[in-house]
Amino acid sequence: MSSDAHAIEGHAPATTGTFVAVWIGLVAITGLEVFLAYEELRPALMLGILVGLSFVKAGLIMSWFMHLKFERFQLVLWLIPAIIFCICMMMIFFFPDSLRLLQMRPH
Amino acid sequence: MGSKKLGMWLFIVSDSLTFSALLIAYSYSRLSNPTWPRPFAISPAIIFSTTMTVVLLASSLTMVMGVAAAHKGNRAATVKWMIATMAGGLLFVALHLREWIHLIGEGYTPGANPEGVPLFGAVFFGVTGLHMTHVLIGVIYLGIVATGFGRGKFSAEDVEVNGLYWHFVDLVWMFVFPLVYLMSVPLK
Repeated sequence: MSSDAHAIEGHAPATTGTFVAVWIGLVAITGLEVFLAYEELRPALMLGILVGLSFVKAGLIMSWFMHLKFERFQLVLWLIPAIIFCICMMMIFFFPDSLRLLQMRPH
Repeated sequence: MGSKKLGMWLFIVSDSLTFSALLIAYSYSRLSNPTWPRPFAISPAIIFSTTMTVVLLASSLTMVMGVAAAHKGNRAATVKWMIATMAGGLLFVALHLREWIHLIGEGYTPGANPEGVPLFGAVFFGVTGLHMTHVLIGVIYLGIVATGFGRGKFSAEDVEVNGLYWHFVDLVWMFVFPLVYLMSVPLK
């Protein structure tokens, strides 16, 4: 691998200011999550919102802190679809039972 | 891409599936139990866990600074940033243990709790315990790499690979905190 290519892969051209801005964004989303926890939403809706916000935070961490944004795109194609596929398989097998149990609960 | 970095990414993928399985199983249990315990009052649990989250995020920031310093060849600054990251990790563990001791004192153990859903303790201590183990391993890993990098035995790539692990530990907590803590705050 040439030194130029190595400089592009994984060596973030981002500045300290960018990293601090990402960190502030992550802390702000955490604050929003804590606020939402006290809004007494339905558990399923709350779970969906919190998981969605967590994925936003995970995306920020992976893109900027783990430098995935600056890696070769092939790495993203290797990693992300595989993880999403496995997680979707788990969701497909676990959640229908969970939701069915809610409907079967005596009123 | 170097083999070390690729190896760490593959480890991260496999470990993320371990945590995914645990958290999905937890979510399943949480949604299907209307009487799920809600022991995490704003004080001390939510204040503590939010502080822990900010501490872990701050340690990720110091780690990314350490990686940047390593790539610039600044060994002294790299070691300082890595020591700061270790301090963040240790503070996180200390706060977490404090939270565990508080819960155990209130009768919440891995096998039982006053609210009568034993699964809660198993899931809570299982998920957070596995994560805390990762943090402790990360602190040891940071210590080894910082020492080696300071003595010139390790390269900037080693610091970067170490950083990938640390950020992954941070990333996992971004799911554990809202799902385990915020989904179990007491109703008004």
